[in-house]
Amino acid sequence: MMTFEYQVQPGDFTNAGFASSQVKKTLKQLNVDPAIIKRVVVALYEAEVNIVAHAHKGMIYVTVDNDKIAIKLEDEGPGIPDIDLAMTVGYSTASPHVREMGFGAGMGLPNIKNNVDYLNVKSEVGVGTTVELVVNF
Amino acid sequence: MTISEIQTLLNAEIICGEDKISQTVDRAFASDLMSDVLTLKSNQIMLITGLCNIQTIRTMEMADLNTVIFVRGKKVTEDMIDIARENDMIVLQTEYSMFRTAGVLWEAGIKPVF
Repeated sequence: MMTFEYQVQPGDFTNAGFASSQVKKTLKQLNVDPAIIKRVVVALYEAEVNIVAHAHKGMIYVTVDNDKIAIKLEDEGPGIPDIDLAMTVGYSTASPHVREMGFGAGMGLPNIKNNVDYLNVKSEVGVGTTVELVVNF
Repeated sequence: MTISEIQTLLNAEIICGEDKISQTVDRAFASDLMSDVLTLKSNQIMLITGLCNIQTIRTMEMADLNTVIFVRGKKVTEDMIDIARENDMIVLQTEYSMFRTAGVLWEAGIKPVF
């Protein structure tokens, strides 16, 4: 088992995707099927961009096992008042700046769900959000 | 169609990946919305976009896309080129609009993703 931790800098779109990029390199070195790597890093990147876009502090914890990868993203931020609504395609609270970066179309959480084998989103308004996801190899 | 032929058709500049101009492209996808690009199930397609920032390159990295053409004369920055080179990407830039770029490539036989 291997574990990794990454700090996410909210608001910093220059470095958004750094953790996803590192995880991709690691999974490639481990010879994981490229189709599975794509699912993992697309889901992780969407979640990482969510922290950059919405939170004011964020951490990513990655655990790689022989048969799966489990990722937990914890942020301190505004939280999600209605998770079902946030999972709806097209619903977005993103700022104009986030939209200028090519995101904020309300597709992030639904796309994460489509790429993972397990997804759990917990959130408390005014405190933060925790996203846990698992992709089986 | 080779990258070299695409470069000629679109009067494009190759920003990086000069050593890969003999590689071929069969299909393309045009979008300024990276969220849409991240939903694509296929790999190895050329991205046509006017969204020119570092997250365009990051999105390509995650979506396993290795060729992009930036339209409307958008200027590629050094930090974008660094990540593109690190991932062996081919980056082109044309003054043509997205509509014209897509039209020229369509006429030349490049297929859509869906």
